[in-house]
Amino acid sequence: MSNTLLTESRIFARRNLEHIRQVPEKLTNVTIQPLMFVLLFAYVFGGAIKVGGGGYKEYLIGGILIQTLAFAMMGPAMSIATDLQEGVIDRFRSLPSRRSAYLLGHYMAEMLGSLLTIVILLGTGLIVGWRTHAPFLHVVEALLLLLVFASAIIWIGLWMGILVRSPDAVMGVGFVVVFPITFISNAFVPLESLPNILQWVASVNPVSVLIAAVRTLFGNPVAPVTKHVWPIDHPVGAAWLYSVALVVLGWVIAQRRYRARTTD
Amino acid sequence: MYETSVQHTKDSTGTKRSTPPSDGGITATGLGKRFGDLWALRNLDLRVEPGTVLGLLGHNGAGKTTAIRILTTLSQPTEGSATVAGLDVVRDSAAVRNRIGVASQQSTVDGLMSGRLNLQTIGRLHGMSKAAARQRGDELLEQLDLTDFATALVKTYSGGMRRRLDVAASLMGGPDVLFLDEPTTGLDPRSRGDLWQMLADLVREGTTIILTTQYLEEADRMADDIVVLDHGETVAHGTPAELKARIGDDRLDIKVAAAGELVAAAGALSAFAESDATFDTEQLVVTAPIKAGVRVIDVVRALDEAGIDAVDITRREATLDDVFLALTSDRHNREELTA
Repeated sequence: MSNTLLTESRIFARRNLEHIRQVPEKLTNVTIQPLMFVLLFAYVFGGAIKVGGGGYKEYLIGGILIQTLAFAMMGPAMSIATDLQEGVIDRFRSLPSRRSAYLLGHYMAEMLGSLLTIVILLGTGLIVGWRTHAPFLHVVEALLLLLVFASAIIWIGLWMGILVRSPDAVMGVGFVVVFPITFISNAFVPLESLPNILQWVASVNPVSVLIAAVRTLFGNPVAPVTKHVWPIDHPVGAAWLYSVALVVLGWVIAQRRYRARTTD
Repeated sequence: MYETSVQHTKDSTGTKRSTPPSDGGITATGLGKRFGDLWALRNLDLRVEPGTVLGLLGHNGAGKTTAIRILTTLSQPTEGSATVAGLDVVRDSAAVRNRIGVASQQSTVDGLMSGRLNLQTIGRLHGMSKAAARQRGDELLEQLDLTDFATALVKTYSGGMRRRLDVAASLMGGPDVLFLDEPTTGLDPRSRGDLWQMLADLVREGTTIILTTQYLEEADRMADDIVVLDHGETVAHGTPAELKARIGDDRLDIKVAAAGELVAAAGALSAFAESDATFDTEQLVVTAPIKAGVRVIDVVRALDEAGIDAVDITRREATLDDVFLALTSDRHNREELTA
């Protein structure tokens, strides 16, 4: 009897879910944290930051969605770094299962977390007054884009987890990477409020482009473009390109790094 | 003592041996592994017949774990080749993994799952159905005396319980060849005896086992053949009886009051010794393997007549250190070995 790749991946994914069942606090960063961000930004900063047409709450949701999904890089990085530090990886490697199934299992479990994040964020958004103003198919496209972007982030997170030497390092490295790329963007403030050089950076930053695309597709207010470069001028097309490219890149480098790390 | 009905359970879970155990042995030819400039293992030649036990004996860093990692496909050899169950460990690594069970030195069970779920997950990865994996896992938990802790998280297990769960994990697939890296380290004497009994039953049913150990007693009791490794190289290979013949019988340690008396003490001891005495100049101890039938009282008298101020005299069984002294005395002195 031998398993299919899907069955093996599900066995590994179930293991990750079991970890969450044992330590539910692991879910904080994909549940309570985004909820907290929406409320804090909507009610604390909401009065101070002015955006055109539609109000800050409608502006905010696209930004928080992408930022939270980007921060979700830490989860997979943490769990794979922990596995690699403990001996459990050797056990799996000495079993008759495919190497790729192990990473796919992590991916599947983390994807469920990201789905939960999206549902919670949109739900909280609806409660504080966020609405879509776009055709149904555009909203569906926005949701699909979010899922592809979430996939890219998870693969990059898995790569990062294999790269660092210990789980303790994940937080440090993660914050240093994720904070700048999410804050040098249009996530919370309009691009025009940034210094000139950062406006250029933010206009090609995948995070800005993804946020602009999601806002566009939801029919929410979009920050005025200040630097005319292709990605920010064509946010939806550029967001798809970025996301698909990052999924492929993340998947390839994670697999390669895993192979290198587990071969001696 | 553990109940052993392994042959029966293999049948009930559908993971029967697909080939007769006649090709279930292990060979290695000139196997070597280099990390940077350091050879962790060099020129290892092995031939383990199906249904026998090979003991790999050596200190930490002798190359035992490196050998196991190569044979279990976790590590690539730098040179040489090896087969497990008739399959090449590099070219047919996937097929090898179907036939082996591994309990490595480091615990490889998942602390955030129960013992039962750990075994069930491993069984599922072996291709068993959920029900079969659960049944096989519970049988092994029973055999290894872990039934009471089946639903407890593994992170709450004691070191000995984790070791036993690791052994259970290695048996989930009903392996033809079993690799155990220091399986009894951290086990209390009773659990150690129970595990030895269980392994003996598996061997009787045709399982081939390689086990590494630092304990001479364990290698002596379990192994049909012993390979002694030191600094990555094979320093001896033979049956326990052959090896014991080479290393002699009991040891006598004589502690003297002053360094100047060491040589004199060795001289007085030579009449009773099978081979030359060795010195520990820091501890002021002279050690020699003594002939069968020697009485300690006669040694005491001889020392007294020679006017030597012996502080202490101890008769004991040969230890792993003594084995190395006997086998490698031309290459190492005692200071190095006891450092």
